[in-house]
Amino acid sequence: MKLSKAQYDEIAQFLGQVQPTRQSLRKLKQKFPSQSQSTLLSIFSQEYQKQVKRTHAKHHTAEAVETYYQRYLNGVMKNAAAPVLLELANEVNFAPSLMARIVLERFLQEQEQAIPSKTLINSMLRDPSQIPDGVLANQVYQCTVNDCCYGPLVDCIKHAIGHEHEVLLREMLLEKNLSFIAEDQLRAKGYDKTPDFILEVPVAVEGHIIHWIESKASFGDESSHQAYLQDQFWSYWNRKVAVRLKMFLFLFFS
Amino acid sequence: MAAVLELLLREEVAASAVVRWLRQGSGPRAAEENHIHEKLVSLSLLQKDFVPFLLNFLREQTSQILTNGPSTPAKTPNSKAHGNQRTGSERRAGHATGSNNSRVQLFSERTSVTSCTTDTSFSPAAASSGSSSFSGSNLSSPCSDFPSMVSTSSPSFGYSPVLNHSEKRSSQKASLGSFLTPMPEAPPVRRGRRKGNSSVSASGRQVVRDLGRSLAEDEDGKSESTSWSAGRRKQSEVPLVSARSPPSQLNLNNLEEFPPMGAASGWTNKSKPSRRINPTPVSAERPLSKPKMCFTSTPVSQSPAARFPSGTSLEAFTAIQEGNLTSVVGSNLQEEREMLKKERCKLLHQASSPAGLSLDPGTPMKPSYARSASLPAESHLVTCADPAKVSCKKQLECLAQLYSSCIAENLVPNIFLELFFVLQLLTSKGTSAEDGESDLEVNEGSEDASRKQHFRNVHNCVYFAVQVLDYQYEIISHLEKGTLKLLAENERIASFSPTLHEKLRQAYESSTAKVSLLLPCSVQSVSFQPETDNRSNFPSDRAFHIFKKQRDIFYELLREWEDNHEKTGWDFERVLGNKIRAMMAHLSATCNHSHFARLFQKQLIQMCKGPIGGGTSWGDTPDQDVLNMLGSDNLSRLKRLQERFVVPQSIRGPCPSPSFTGCQQFFRDFILSAGSYQFNQHLVDSLCLKILELDGLTLIEHEHSDGEADMDEQDEKKRFTVVLLSLRLLAKFLGFLVFLPYRTVEQPTRDLLESAVALRNRTQPVLDVLKLLRQSVRDRHAILTIPWIVEFLSLVDHIAPFLDYYRKVFCLLLQIYRLMVLSEDKEMSFLNKLLILAVLGWLFQVPSVPEELFFTTDVRKEGLMMDTVTSTRALDSVPLVDQQLLYTCCPYLGELRKLLASFVAGSGAKNGGFVRKITPTAAESLAPKPSVTQRKLQAELEQAFFHNQPPSLRRTVEFVAERVGSNCVKHIKATLVAELVQRAEVMLQDKMKEEDANHDKLLEEVCAHLYEEGAQALVRGREFCKKKGPEAVRVLLPDETSAAVLNSAEEIAMELATEKACGWLSANIAALIKREVKATFNRMLKVPGLPLPSEDALELRRDCPPGCQHHAPFPSQIINEIKDVLCIAVGPRDEGEVIDYVWLECLLGRLSQTLRCRKFMCPTSEQQLAKCTVELASLLVSDRVPLRLGLKPPEKSSERLRVKNSPTYCLLKQLLSVWKEDFGMPVPLQLMFSRKNIAYVAEVKQREWDLFLFMLRGLVEYDLMGISEIESCLHSLKELPWPSDFLKELEMLSRVFISEHNLEEPRTNPCELARQSLGTVTAQS
Repeated sequence: MKLSKAQYDEIAQFLGQVQPTRQSLRKLKQKFPSQSQSTLLSIFSQEYQKQVKRTHAKHHTAEAVETYYQRYLNGVMKNAAAPVLLELANEVNFAPSLMARIVLERFLQEQEQAIPSKTLINSMLRDPSQIPDGVLANQVYQCTVNDCCYGPLVDCIKHAIGHEHEVLLREMLLEKNLSFIAEDQLRAKGYDKTPDFILEVPVAVEGHIIHWIESKASFGDESSHQAYLQDQFWSYWNRKVAVRLKMFLFLFFS
Repeated sequence: MAAVLELLLREEVAASAVVRWLRQGSGPRAAEENHIHEKLVSLSLLQKDFVPFLLNFLREQTSQILTNGPSTPAKTPNSKAHGNQRTGSERRAGHATGSNNSRVQLFSERTSVTSCTTDTSFSPAAASSGSSSFSGSNLSSPCSDFPSMVSTSSPSFGYSPVLNHSEKRSSQKASLGSFLTPMPEAPPVRRGRRKGNSSVSASGRQVVRDLGRSLAEDEDGKSESTSWSAGRRKQSEVPLVSARSPPSQLNLNNLEEFPPMGAASGWTNKSKPSRRINPTPVSAERPLSKPKMCFTSTPVSQSPAARFPSGTSLEAFTAIQEGNLTSVVGSNLQEEREMLKKERCKLLHQASSPAGLSLDPGTPMKPSYARSASLPAESHLVTCADPAKVSCKKQLECLAQLYSSCIAENLVPNIFLELFFVLQLLTSKGTSAEDGESDLEVNEGSEDASRKQHFRNVHNCVYFAVQVLDYQYEIISHLEKGTLKLLAENERIASFSPTLHEKLRQAYESSTAKVSLLLPCSVQSVSFQPETDNRSNFPSDRAFHIFKKQRDIFYELLREWEDNHEKTGWDFERVLGNKIRAMMAHLSATCNHSHFARLFQKQLIQMCKGPIGGGTSWGDTPDQDVLNMLGSDNLSRLKRLQERFVVPQSIRGPCPSPSFTGCQQFFRDFILSAGSYQFNQHLVDSLCLKILELDGLTLIEHEHSDGEADMDEQDEKKRFTVVLLSLRLLAKFLGFLVFLPYRTVEQPTRDLLESAVALRNRTQPVLDVLKLLRQSVRDRHAILTIPWIVEFLSLVDHIAPFLDYYRKVFCLLLQIYRLMVLSEDKEMSFLNKLLILAVLGWLFQVPSVPEELFFTTDVRKEGLMMDTVTSTRALDSVPLVDQQLLYTCCPYLGELRKLLASFVAGSGAKNGGFVRKITPTAAESLAPKPSVTQRKLQAELEQAFFHNQPPSLRRTVEFVAERVGSNCVKHIKATLVAELVQRAEVMLQDKMKEEDANHDKLLEEVCAHLYEEGAQALVRGREFCKKKGPEAVRVLLPDETSAAVLNSAEEIAMELATEKACGWLSANIAALIKREVKATFNRMLKVPGLPLPSEDALELRRDCPPGCQHHAPFPSQIINEIKDVLCIAVGPRDEGEVIDYVWLECLLGRLSQTLRCRKFMCPTSEQQLAKCTVELASLLVSDRVPLRLGLKPPEKSSERLRVKNSPTYCLLKQLLSVWKEDFGMPVPLQLMFSRKNIAYVAEVKQREWDLFLFMLRGLVEYDLMGISEIESCLHSLKELPWPSDFLKELEMLSRVFISEHNLEEPRTNPCELARQSLGTVTAQS
């Protein structure tokens, strides 16, 4: 589906000041009823990620971490059942999942007297039941469930969308009778970076020759175009996947 | 000079500091390092001379101990820099280079060396004994390179060291002036570094020379066999060596190897009966031993020829020579044995006359067994090197570091010369005397650290050598497998450095660089080139006719040469000279030179591509008798045996002079005998053209994506090898022709040189090698160009290097040499560099290349632009050189191996004989292979077939063969290999379950299983080619092709394709399987938490139910919606926010649908769904989901009524059913018992134990969890810190649950029971 630049800008603008919560998403849906939820979520997610990228460092200073941790401790002392962590995140304008991570990390550090490993933290965020402190486990779970831009659940949803769209794309290619080599086949041949599909016989679309297709299943804004070009597409070029690349297809299903 | 070394040895300056200091002075690195040790700053003028000084120093120090192999002087400027000023006799005395081109330099030194003292250390008796040095004449290469010119040169025969000593003194006096150098800090008096390896004086030499010449002349044709290649080595025969080392050592070995066949064995003093074939004792020390390939190579110093005392007539020598040769060409085994017997006798004879008694030339057959005076000497031949006995370790380490750095920085003129030297040290055979010989050490004035004898015993030498080898490990590890093996098995390395030993052992085991020094030669067929040789290319019928006749004559000459040139008394010039000149006259008459030159050149390439020169060795045309005797299927064995005979075993040092070998001799002699200016000119033109054409070789860029890359790379390598070898051959002949007119026997005097330079500076070079060289550096194909330019330049005359033009060429080469520091980088692969360095190093040692070049040339003069043009695939960056090519281009690298092998032979003989003969067992395949003759005939038949057909037929057949072969490999990869990899995957998975132990081992095991099956590849490949080849040929050839031709073409194409494919497969299938399995394995390891146990379950659930339309909601959608439910359940909630019951019920229904349709499902989605639903169940159980009952009447179902009217029960039931029926993977139900989720229950004021108990029963009922499993979960829950009342309730609950199930009553209604038990719970609480 095509989305005009003006519409996109409008959405992006609106997203400038919202929290990444269920409530915000609901508001967004109300404001832009013509857009599908997944489109809005994708744009939301991207815009929010941009914002987080800008402010990430600020929240990770030693002072900030200490402040958050103390506020969390005070908060749960008063009322363990209250959404302390989630509110704290919203208050300081940070993604709840990331806030949960900061506090969890700090908590473990205090308990273990050592910097916990990344895998341990990730595993605890994925399954808060593993967190040795019951209250914190609840708080963390609340954060990760409520976060609609970050966190294991969202990651999983994104991954699922990516996979589904790849399946769809494959369907479409088969339907159109286009012969292709899929990523897993390419990987089997030893490519480290591969596009999703290489067309065995190139096709022309609107006068452009298409050699391969990469489905990104996310909203293709300008910056992500740029980034993917940098990270992925040129490396295909370098690996001679497409010898005469003229254009790449940036597919987005919605 | 000495001052620097002094500083180092006194440990005042670290070796690294000296290296820095050196670096500053040399090469373009100067600027980057200016941190120079202060003590060295003042000596900065000496930098340039330090390396030669160091090299001389090491040679000097070790000269006492080195008894094995030729001396390895490096060319240093001081040694010969002033040779030009000297008169002939002086020069002869001083360097003995001129006439016979011996490359041996005497290292004149600036520091005074204690040569006198050293000299006196030899007992006169010993010195006068076998001090013969009929030096280095090589038995196996009786080639003469410029017979007509060099015939006057002859080897120097032995001389008495006594004479030597005194004469040296006189020669020193005579040449004092010549040693004066402009260096201000040089000591005023220098002595030539005469010492051990000094030569005779002028007059003495002259006498010997004359004697030699007269003998040579007597011998007529034979004189040539002792010229050039033979004589040039002569000085490497160190008289000292032969004097000191008991000369009999190897003879005895030889006797062991070739014991008398008859009963007349006089070897009563030998405890072990000699046998022709020794069973090999398996030695623990040398675990890698396979049948030893070493043929007890004779170190030069003791090579039979070298041992002729001065009086020996040449007859004896030639007899041996012949003997050897006949044994090579021997048509009859009996005869061969006879020869060996004779030879042995001769050797024995020599051995037993250690006192220098002249050998009776007439009685070579007479064995004088009794006279084994030298036998006792053998017992102390090889001193056991002992690490504990090493003295002045510190200094040795410093020296080793410094020396290694010089090697690593390419500051030495020839890396392999130095390595050879190091190996000599490693294998040095100390004499028993050494420990007692304290007088060896200079007592007076030995305060001077650099004058102290650091290398006076074997232990020190070996220690130093091992140190250096450790530093140079990377180069060594790139040597061929045989060398690595010998190093890995070297006891001395093992005892001196176990780490290096281990590294070498590993390098050996992983090495695939098997090198055969005997390459199969191309089929010798007469080439007809219809395009250029037919009538239309000639101006007249007569010219055409004459050319045809010339052609016939030419081949007649060739055949005559082939048949006879190895016979005694056959002389090229005498037999063929007139015929050739007559032929030339005809050519001149009809101006057919260009045609003939082309033919000549083509034939040259055809015959001489092989490294040995091809053609003459009977490898390709084995005598039928020999074949019959040895069995035709033992060809490889035969080959190896042949290699032992044909490839010279005697050690000649790593820097032989350029020479023409094998068939090349014919062409050289032809040119010389023809003596035709026109012909030469045409040949030069033709050679230049061909060289330029071949030099433009580019590699086709390959798609790496395409499966045949492997094979194409191999083809490419092959093509490169062929082109490189052809270029080298052509360049050598071009060099020969270009510099032929200027070749002089002796070095010109300075005046002559100056005038000649002035004269020749005006002329233009025939081929602009400078330009080509620059281009090659710029376009990065130096790996192709440098080797042939080196060949070209190696034939340079004495004056040419001084010409402005060639000076530039040499400068540039030197610069390249300096810059090409060995390391693996992407600019150029290690072996590519190694080849360039090896050939350049060799070139710098070629006699006619002036010594001062290397050390005195200012490298910075020539700007070297190392432009990196990476657009096209530059040759330099492609790893084109392998060990086979390296050794083919530089056969002298094999000297390293020979040296090591000779050590093994020496020490082995002492320890009971490790040396093994070839055991003639027929263990190899019994399948009849076509004999060589048959194969040759077949090849000739094919040639003839194509010759009669249009060229397009050949192209078609070759094309088809190429493509089908390539496709065949791809096919095998896709089928057989893929199958094997799949099987490997299963095996690996099984094994991984068993133990997650050593992955490498596991991989190795599995691969080993598959290799056998890999052999299937050949069978399948053959089938494939058999099917596809003929098809393709049929389609591509014109329909009109006759059936017979078509049939033959099909057969040939099929054969070629099979050959290509099977050749590749048999060489690579194991590696291929391993690579693929490894890749699969890595992928397996990467996938985290591989759900191995559930693999089967997953397998069952892979497909959608039949008739699935794939219209189910996307998993992502469902996850998203469940997430929303969880959100609301967990909070925070908005005011009045609830979840519609019907909607939730519907969601669970859709979840079921989604799970059933597998199309869009991926493991992560499913995992997440499982987790989310368990969380949802937990929240439902703890009544945390704010449900809004819609309009749905609860009385709809009777069952629902019973379930306490609560919709939650329905939802839970729905979930249980989904978990049971729809999930394809295990659901993490134990999460329900996690502290977090139980805490939800605990937090509720009105605890809903009904729901929880219902859930527990459901889990059991739906067979989702076992009773004991739940029990243990509940049990572990009790461990957690709960409020006491909650703990009580929990206790109660579990008791109820357990009792319920222990009763094993027929459960009428679980819900009923639940109500009952719950009643009790509440009652009790």
